[in-house]
Amino acid sequence: MILGADPLLTGPIDLTAVAIVAFKTLLVFVFLLVATMLMIWFERKVHGDMTNRIGPNQAGPFGVLQSVADGIKVFFKEDLIPDRSDRFVFKLAPYLSVVPAFVTFAVVPIGGVFGDGERGVVSMFGRDTRLQLADPPIGILLVLAMSSIAVYGVMLAGWSSGSKYPLLGSVRASAQMVSYEAALGLSVVAVVLVSGTLTTSGIVASQHVWNWNIWATGAVPFIIFVIAATAELNRPPFDLVEAEQELVGGFHTEYSSVRFALFYLAEFMNTVTMSAIIVTLFLGGPNGPALIGPDWVWGPIWFFAKLLVFLFMFVWFRATLPRFRYDQLMDLGWKALIPLALGWLLLLVAVRVADDEDWNVFVVMAAALAVMAAAYGLLVLAFRAARRVHEVEAAI
Amino acid sequence: MEYAVFAVAAIIVLAGAFGVVVSRNPVHAALSLVATLFGVAVLFVAQEAHFLAAVQVIVYAGAIVVLFLFVIMLLGVDRADDLDTEPLIGQRPAAVLAGLALGGALVAVVVTSTVTGAPRSGAEDSAGADNVTQIGRLLFTEHLFAFEATSVLLVIAVVGAVVLARRRRIEEIDREEPVTDLGRDDGSAGDADEPVEEHA
Repeated sequence: MILGADPLLTGPIDLTAVAIVAFKTLLVFVFLLVATMLMIWFERKVHGDMTNRIGPNQAGPFGVLQSVADGIKVFFKEDLIPDRSDRFVFKLAPYLSVVPAFVTFAVVPIGGVFGDGERGVVSMFGRDTRLQLADPPIGILLVLAMSSIAVYGVMLAGWSSGSKYPLLGSVRASAQMVSYEAALGLSVVAVVLVSGTLTTSGIVASQHVWNWNIWATGAVPFIIFVIAATAELNRPPFDLVEAEQELVGGFHTEYSSVRFALFYLAEFMNTVTMSAIIVTLFLGGPNGPALIGPDWVWGPIWFFAKLLVFLFMFVWFRATLPRFRYDQLMDLGWKALIPLALGWLLLLVAVRVADDEDWNVFVVMAAALAVMAAAYGLLVLAFRAARRVHEVEAAI
Repeated sequence: MEYAVFAVAAIIVLAGAFGVVVSRNPVHAALSLVATLFGVAVLFVAQEAHFLAAVQVIVYAGAIVVLFLFVIMLLGVDRADDLDTEPLIGQRPAAVLAGLALGGALVAVVVTSTVTGAPRSGAEDSAGADNVTQIGRLLFTEHLFAFEATSVLLVIAVVGAVVLARRRRIEEIDREEPVTDLGRDDGSAGDADEPVEEHA
């Protein structure tokens, strides 16, 4: 029962079940590695197009094998460990970055038939199972847990390097990740409220076929989640962590060879994983109309189509948006996103209670909006007072 | 199967706990603490207390130890901390006493209790609700008062921390600028602007 309500694991566990789980694990592992490799190529190519460059075009057709070439190159480079580093932690940190990226993807449902009482179960080698590696009852909480573990990789990498720029970069990074985790979590709460379950398969099933959470939660949690996710990933415009002009390479300045490659891999893998999580939470995961052929074919197709949209979006962000300043970053996270996410959550709860109790929804919404406006006014007053204190302090 | 999980998790927990005490480097000690917390989370999962396991990782490993590390990193605690001087007088004998008492209590619990074979905490209730649902329902019905009291306590802690951290600066402001009443909440903050401009 550790892996949750997967029909494969509820009965007696025999060799077939173990083999299927092993096969799925391998599949997810290979898929994630290949997707990461392609994502690196995709990003360089699209970013190149957007900035009037060609991008990689030598290795393989359209330069698609460029990441393989880079990978081989990086393996043969010298692996440096700085003299003043903390050796054990220095070696540990890259793995703490990579492992959470893999684990998170395990809970993402890639396909399966949903709706009509079915919850994404498919037949595989004569056994019923889900097209997702694990379906734990805590589902989405595992994603949040892993994103909070990922902070360690960045933080320890910067500290153990024994050098100032990595330390500054990692302090920035961990402050940023911890701050945006709150907004991220609060927008996930809205999804859980609407879907009524924590399991990823349940969240997907509740969005069948067009009842996507992006409409059901009123789009605001979706926008907050995308912004907070970009910040969690340390991707532009929130890439202060490795702001080249200020911090050399940020937390991985001192890393080289395979260890650097692991950080690089983790970054892109996290981008793929986070896009998959966005698709699962807000865009119905593998839900979509089955056009021709058997139903189960269309789940993965829709899933990958939606995934691609978000991968492109992240590249687009990077190519077009200028980087935030540190104080702007903190202001956005703490003074805009968190209060907005909280307010919106309360609004959703109010509407839901009104629905249950047969109250007039419009009156409830008007009252909730009035409360939100009053709270916003108080918040603005508080910010103003705080700024005045700061100015006086700065003057002394 | 369950014994294997327990054995591995117990080894991780014990090794982590040992590391916390023995490590000379505070960062290594904090990391050992994370290992211990993870081991306990695995034990929770083995008992089908999934929610507790997730919260254990998110709150303790993900927030509290990160804060510990932050403080250690930013204060730059030296690797060679002097172990000869006692920072608090009488701390070490007291620690020995407390340790002995705790150990005695643990042994007493193990000796006096019996294995009952009662169903695990994660068992579904009669309505078929899983353990996360049950926890949620209990928290917001039967234990609502305790839940709200805890959140009030946390708010008080946050406000207290902010007040303690900022008080000195505001007292300095008051001393140097007797006209400015910014730190106090008596509504006369409006005349704050003039002295500021003088300074600037």
